[in-house]
Amino acid sequence: MPEPVAAVPGAETLRGLGISPGRAAGRVYRMAGPPLLPNPVPVTDTVAEIARAVRGLEEVADELALRAEKAADPAARDILEAQAAIAGDPMLRESVDEHVRAGMDAAHAIDTACAQSRQMLLSAGGYFAERASDLDDIRNRAVAAVLGLPMPGVPSPGYPFILTAEDLAPADTVNLDPDTVLALVTEKGGPTSHTAILARALGLPAVVACHGATGIADGTWVSVDGDTGEVGTGIGEEAAAEIQRRALAERDRLGKASGPGRTADGHPVKLLLNIGSVADLQAGVDAEGVGLFRSEFLFLDRRTAPTHEEQTSAYEAVLRAFPGGQVVIRTLDAGTDKPLPFLGLADEINPALGVRGLRVSRRQPDVLDAQLDAIAEAARASDTSPWVMAPMVTTPGEAADFARAARSRGIAHVGAMVEVPAAALHARRLLDEVDFLSIGTNDLSQYTFAADRQHGDLADLLDPWQPALLHLIAECAEAGRAVGKPVGVCGEAAADPLLATVLVGLGVTSLSMSARSVPAVRDALARHSIAQCRHNAELALAARDPDGARRAVREAW
Amino acid sequence: MPERTVAVASRSGLHARPAKIFVEAVARQGMAVRIRVGDGKPVPANSMLAVLSLGAGHGTEVTLAAEGPGADEVLASLAELLAQDLDAEAVPDA
Repeated sequence: MPEPVAAVPGAETLRGLGISPGRAAGRVYRMAGPPLLPNPVPVTDTVAEIARAVRGLEEVADELALRAEKAADPAARDILEAQAAIAGDPMLRESVDEHVRAGMDAAHAIDTACAQSRQMLLSAGGYFAERASDLDDIRNRAVAAVLGLPMPGVPSPGYPFILTAEDLAPADTVNLDPDTVLALVTEKGGPTSHTAILARALGLPAVVACHGATGIADGTWVSVDGDTGEVGTGIGEEAAAEIQRRALAERDRLGKASGPGRTADGHPVKLLLNIGSVADLQAGVDAEGVGLFRSEFLFLDRRTAPTHEEQTSAYEAVLRAFPGGQVVIRTLDAGTDKPLPFLGLADEINPALGVRGLRVSRRQPDVLDAQLDAIAEAARASDTSPWVMAPMVTTPGEAADFARAARSRGIAHVGAMVEVPAAALHARRLLDEVDFLSIGTNDLSQYTFAADRQHGDLADLLDPWQPALLHLIAECAEAGRAVGKPVGVCGEAAADPLLATVLVGLGVTSLSMSARSVPAVRDALARHSIAQCRHNAELALAARDPDGARRAVREAW
Repeated sequence: MPERTVAVASRSGLHARPAKIFVEAVARQGMAVRIRVGDGKPVPANSMLAVLSLGAGHGTEVTLAAEGPGADEVLASLAELLAQDLDAEAVPDA
């Protein structure tokens, strides 16, 4: 619970949405956005101006080359190396040279040269056009360099800090070091935005949709409460140190608990992990299995489908990690936010409502068939019995087709993800076809509330505490209870300790989340009886809005 | 001026990794080599941007040109490089 801290002059509390629990305090540093071009300046010394522009480009090329050297992931290294080469490109330099000679200052010459090269790549089309965004990044960095503005990207003050930003995109956070970032606070974003997912994966407290966050001056001491969504300025260094000390003590306490998930009175709730590859399973994770193995990583950044052997060995590695436990593999989920070049799917006006998830097999059944073949072989090789589920199942007919395809290969546990309201409404009929359901709350929110997951202005609609969302989850859980089949939650909602008690109260049988979220959820369940969980569920369902639901359940604790 | 015309053999075309390997090979020659597609404008082959902007896909015929002592040998070795599938050298997936 938040402790009062001594207020100092200028103290202010900003309010946002707490989306990753925990408290932290430290100095704030803002992630700089792209630099704005000032008005053009007349050039008197052309040679000096060219030298200034070239220095800017060189600085960027050197920095990118350095980052490439440090990058652990070969794919990231390739991209950074290519970017460094573009920043040092002879043609780009020639073009900058020409523009300065024609009278432009260094910043405008870089801006214009990058814009022209960008246009050239775009007109080359296809995957050449994908490199166009690299030029935006190089342009922003080089213009910042010549203007003496802060480099766009994650700042590095040299000590742990709290990162503020408009919003965080995956590209911004590739090099984010969880040991130097204490918490994340963004102006935009919602409970299912990238910032939220990243924060939970790294175990960092985070607040999104926090108006005024980017207005806090660099170096200001602030406290962040990832549960209540409060961001307090005007605390001193001592108060900050005290908050950090307590936060670490709390983390230690949570880390000491272990074992299977259960309520205070022993009602079992499986605590499972969301993973992207076997690499996420390192470092002695204490969980009962994998509730969501996203198989996309095998397919990303590829022009051709992975081979049977590649797929088989990737699945086998994960299956062998939990020989006695449960491992749920989700078949390929390509779509809106994760286009896969090798599928060659056409651009869609409304990709969230288009061909994605299981729907891809309407056009390319061979991709799913090949994946099921590889999973079946991995199961035989590791002598395990994986659970396999399809994303974006919408009708019982689709569930039946998928189940038939999987069972014909000897896969014994076949499931469907519930992400579409139609599937939730007919959960019982889906369960006539499959052995289990797994509710993906992020997409289920997006489709139930008709609100884009990336849309910052609609974050309140995507709040996993929305009573209407909980109502759909209740439908699914009830259907599972009626026929004695498991119904889990694998969306971000499962990682919220307080909401976890509500989900269990609704009848959910397993919760799957990032490894860092497990201790707090285990602790919350251990402190509630199943009767209290059911009571929490009733309170949340009866509330008129997410805030009301949260407040009612928090007060009941 | 000595010229060599060759079809790009890399599966993804002269893009990303193949483009980088080619541009680096040109830079190592220390000779001004230009590259074009068909009757298009020749661009400096030591520029990643210029090479990418050609938009040369798998099977596209590109023409290399250079002048000076040893130009024929340089062009021959670069043409040989383009005639290989440079994607095949990609780092093995983890």
